[in-house]
Amino acid sequence: MRAEPSFDGLRDGKELVDPARFCSQSRLVIVAGKGGVGKTTMTAALAVMAAGAGLRTLIVEVEGKTGLGTAFGRGELSYDEAELAEGIRARTITPDQALLEYLEDHGMRRLSKRLTNTGFLDVVATAAPGIKDILVLGKVKQLEREGDADFIVLDAPAAGHAVTFLQSARGLLDAVRVGPVRTQAEQVQEMLTDPARCQVLLVTLPEETPVNEAVETAARLRERVGVHLLGIVVNGLYPPVRGLDDAAELLGQVPADEAEPLRAAAAFRQSRNELQRDQLARLADGLDLPQLRLPFLFSPELGPREIDVLATALADAVGALETAS
Amino acid sequence: MTLAPLTRTRRVLVCCGSGGVGKTTTAAVLAMEGARQGRRAVVVTIDPAKRLADALGLETLADTPTRIDGDWPGELWAMMLDTKSTFDALVFKYAPSKSQAESILRNRFYRNISTALSGTQEYMAMEKLYELHEEGGFELVVVDTPPTRNALDFIDAPRRLTRFLDNRIFRWLMMPTRAYLKAVNVATRTLLRTISRVVGTEVVQDVVAFFQAFEGMEEGFRQRAERVLHLLSDPATAFLLVTTPRADALKEGRFFAAKLEEAGIPVEALVVNRMHPRFARIGADILRKRAADQAGSELAGLYENLADFTQLAEVEEANVAELSERVKPAPLVRVPFLPTDVHDLEGLAELGKYLFDGDGEPAPVAETR
Repeated sequence: MRAEPSFDGLRDGKELVDPARFCSQSRLVIVAGKGGVGKTTMTAALAVMAAGAGLRTLIVEVEGKTGLGTAFGRGELSYDEAELAEGIRARTITPDQALLEYLEDHGMRRLSKRLTNTGFLDVVATAAPGIKDILVLGKVKQLEREGDADFIVLDAPAAGHAVTFLQSARGLLDAVRVGPVRTQAEQVQEMLTDPARCQVLLVTLPEETPVNEAVETAARLRERVGVHLLGIVVNGLYPPVRGLDDAAELLGQVPADEAEPLRAAAAFRQSRNELQRDQLARLADGLDLPQLRLPFLFSPELGPREIDVLATALADAVGALETAS
Repeated sequence: MTLAPLTRTRRVLVCCGSGGVGKTTTAAVLAMEGARQGRRAVVVTIDPAKRLADALGLETLADTPTRIDGDWPGELWAMMLDTKSTFDALVFKYAPSKSQAESILRNRFYRNISTALSGTQEYMAMEKLYELHEEGGFELVVVDTPPTRNALDFIDAPRRLTRFLDNRIFRWLMMPTRAYLKAVNVATRTLLRTISRVVGTEVVQDVVAFFQAFEGMEEGFRQRAERVLHLLSDPATAFLLVTTPRADALKEGRFFAAKLEEAGIPVEALVVNRMHPRFARIGADILRKRAADQAGSELAGLYENLADFTQLAEVEEANVAELSERVKPAPLVRVPFLPTDVHDLEGLAELGKYLFDGDGEPAPVAETR
């Protein structure tokens, strides 16, 4: 069985945290956050960090068109697993395909085409909301149980949807009393609420609305889903710059036409730093979770090199956790 | 460039773009400008996160328009969409009798349709927009679109829902007697049995009861959906694309632009929020060289900092220019990275300066606080 270190223990500095240890708290980590905060990027960085720690890693995407494949310099992902980098495989799971597979596995192959071609899945999904999500999560659970991958990173739907998505099991347990859907929902709920099997990593930005939404999402995930939260990644922090505090003095030696933009850029950086510090403090006040702080990347494109940079920064942030308190 | 002609002349403005780019706040600014121009304007949000209420300095918003007082000749109203009550109103409108409408509203499957069927929220947003435009007496209706999984669901949503309500399988489901079941082919019967087995017979009974109650209303719904779609392609309606200059948001932006184009709908304005300022005319590579010359000193840090922001601004500008070229001749407005979110009307007015007063060109040297 897997080790089950508690995060509080880690924060007390009793345990050495390294990426391998961080990633072995649960086989499945669900990355959740609102749109535009870098959730998919973080999924990629976490996978690279885990693979770097020697874990066979699988990325699971459930929304499509996230650009995860392209971030690794590959094409879009498909239902079939593909290797993205050394030690990292990736795939999508869509409800239609998960249903097809389920029916085929249960000897209902003839039905399966008919169900999907007629749009009947929509009817069933409407009749029993959450059924699409449970099909996807059921497949994720199967992968988690099979254990072909040491570490599975699931790129969850964006914020509000993430709660609905993960809540589907509990919702169906209320609605459906018997049958295979209920069994599936029970097993998924069991996985979601077992911190040794599954945890959620939240992602946010050091900005007002994202911080508010992260605090709300965390509360909902705890109350409505009962899932354990691993930590929160705060993405996009401006890295420190030497000389920022002494800008006025330093610029005395510089020709005026360059001194002015240097001063303005330094002042801008400083004001942004302050705002970010305020938001980090607000986040710490509102949410009792270890913060993993990652740098803002000035490079506007997201490719394998940027993901490596973030994976390294993430590993550093993980390493800093034990000394954080 | 300015968006003033849009708020002055159009009747409906739709803000689209991916999540987290500032659509809701932009929609509020547009409606406020309409009020400032003397029009009776309403802003509708689909975002359940109360962003609109917050931007207007309110605690909450209702699902009917609330008037926002302010120093302008026109009127500003705001509301938050409630998908279910909008749908309920439609059912009452098209049901032949009050009792039929009530029996639909009581049905569990119906309650699921109005909350869980994908595309319903989008459809109801468009429906509400139509209603406010046609019956609400508003001269300007501004709406933000849901941050949906499938970018342009809202254009497709009305048709999708009517297709759903027309589905042939439901016709079979609606035939309750054994005689009919015999006429239905074996495969369908097997299908129904399987569904019953998987989700339970009561669920299937709900579905059947719903379609029985709904019988005869499809035509009304379909016609209404067609009128809603017609409004979206009317010249009085304009679509605005809202984005940020980050690569992922721009990628979504290009996708939106392509989808709108496919649907024959032009993008009539491009709003780019959160642009980084450009501080220097000097190129980033020269600044990097300066930093290298000063290597090891604190001054090198300042040059690196300036080089970083300059490079960022260069790339952002290039990426934005590319998208702007794509949606030509739509005006482009740039809104800089602001220190805080908007929490009151003054903040909205401040933001409005970038949308309505500016020339849309990047500031040569940014102001800092």
